[in-house]
Amino acid sequence: MVEHESAIALPTTAAHPFVSTKFEQLKLRRERTYKYLFLGMAIMLVVPVLAILAFLTIKAWPSLTWSFISSNPANGMTAGGIWAPLFGTFLLVLCSLLIAAPVGVLAGVYLNEYARDNWGTRIINLAVVNLAGVPSIVHGLFGLGAFVYFAQMRKSLIAASCTVAVMTLPVIIASTKEALAAVPMAFRVACWNMGASRWQTIRTIVLPNSISGILTGVILQVSRAAGETAPILFTGVAFYINMDQGFALDEKFMALSFHLFTISKQVQNVPESIQYGTAVVLIGLVLVVNSASIAFRIYLRNRKKW
Amino acid sequence: MVTVVPTPETLTEHNTHIEFSDVTVRYGNDVALDNISLKIPRNQIFGIIGPANSGKTTLLTCINRTLELEPTASLNGTVAVAGQDVMTMQDVYKLRRRVGMVFPLPVGLPMSVYENVAYAPRMAGLHDKDTLDALVHKCLQQAMLWDEVKDRMNMLGTKLSGGQQQRLTIARALSLTQDARPENTGPEILCLDEFSIAIDPVTTMKIEDVLLELKKSMTIILVTNLVQQAHRLADTTAFLNDSQLIEVGETEKIFSAPDQTMTLDYVTGDFG
Repeated sequence: MVEHESAIALPTTAAHPFVSTKFEQLKLRRERTYKYLFLGMAIMLVVPVLAILAFLTIKAWPSLTWSFISSNPANGMTAGGIWAPLFGTFLLVLCSLLIAAPVGVLAGVYLNEYARDNWGTRIINLAVVNLAGVPSIVHGLFGLGAFVYFAQMRKSLIAASCTVAVMTLPVIIASTKEALAAVPMAFRVACWNMGASRWQTIRTIVLPNSISGILTGVILQVSRAAGETAPILFTGVAFYINMDQGFALDEKFMALSFHLFTISKQVQNVPESIQYGTAVVLIGLVLVVNSASIAFRIYLRNRKKW
Repeated sequence: MVTVVPTPETLTEHNTHIEFSDVTVRYGNDVALDNISLKIPRNQIFGIIGPANSGKTTLLTCINRTLELEPTASLNGTVAVAGQDVMTMQDVYKLRRRVGMVFPLPVGLPMSVYENVAYAPRMAGLHDKDTLDALVHKCLQQAMLWDEVKDRMNMLGTKLSGGQQQRLTIARALSLTQDARPENTGPEILCLDEFSIAIDPVTTMKIEDVLLELKKSMTIILVTNLVQQAHRLADTTAFLNDSQLIEVGETEKIFSAPDQTMTLDYVTGDFG
């Protein structure tokens, strides 16, 4: 026994097998260091969000009343509320998603479920990736040429919605593909082996088990559609439109993001609290939609069936 | 009761159910099946034995054309089911509804136990509730799963244990249905690829008894690594090695006096 120990020269003695060596203590210290380093980075992400929100809310506090949301801008934008731009943004988001969601989801289903890996599919995938990388101002110019002039929609809600739809489309396609790819291949193979067609398999197995991811991807585009200014700048947003007489798809509209720009830069003597109030409502809208999407995803994930 | 087993030599067109003629399958450049010619008789249990990677599973995927789901796979030669070349069949889904498949890794679909078994009939257009109930009951009983799940038919199939999911896939394979007519239920070919891998020996024996009963109404192809299982069940046994068909013949002959020494080595455990 003694000979055996000396031969191998074990660092621990047989009497205390759980006493840590210097190397093990160093390892534990490193473990702690890295954990707190990563935690610190994660906390740093939260700080700017809270700082921006706090700053905006404090500045906007005098304006944040119900009538600020429910009334239209008045006195050449220097008084009143933001009802028309808020409602315009809502309409823009709704119309653009009504266009982009069906097209994007169906295209994603095709690309993930039907398309074989050939050059045609690769070109489509490449186009989707590149479309996602196009700057939003270029989307705006494209919308001006394609929808406002070529399709003769004039500067209108529908032209702006189409432009925003083109902008959100690639992300919807990508998130749909990702959600579909998360459904295990084995489920599809099991169904095909039982004589189910591709569409039957998609309808009964793939879509029911990926719908949460697909919807999350679509909902997250709400915040993008609400926040972008450049794509609607040339395609339909207006300086001032009173929507009290209703709205129409082929009319211009107001939007929160552009409204924030005009009252900050274009119009003189706008009270500071109105500017900050508009920003708070815009950022709040985005946060509410994102939170709803996260809550929805958690709810659906808890119902996951495998 | 001794039944006369048609040996591969005495097979006629009448009692041949599946015929492989010069079948070569490649995945890209890798040969998975090398020029296989094989006749599988009707209403028999046909055992396929052989080491891993010898092409056993590929052979099964040729029968219901799930091979073509693999993008790199290519098939030369013909595979005929009941005299018809499967590649010429217009409705591949109809072919797949005739061939029940059970794979070694059990996959419970993410739906209830009942829905799992009722899935194939529903996809074939059978929606009558009483017929479905009776069919689900029958298939789960044949797969020796009924007693364990009869009180929790609404439980998710994915939440069953591994052995139970394996039997669930057997029940699903047995539930295959041609169309909405209740008399057309049951597959005409049942392919079992290592069906007992996760099932305890007692239940396996019970399922084996069911298989002996089922072969009266269908042809069963049994791929197994348990050589003794093939010995117990199969009427005819084929030995595959390294993508090639080494030998096929009456099970008794394969296990006692095969023509090839390689076969004898494999069945007696002297292989390699």
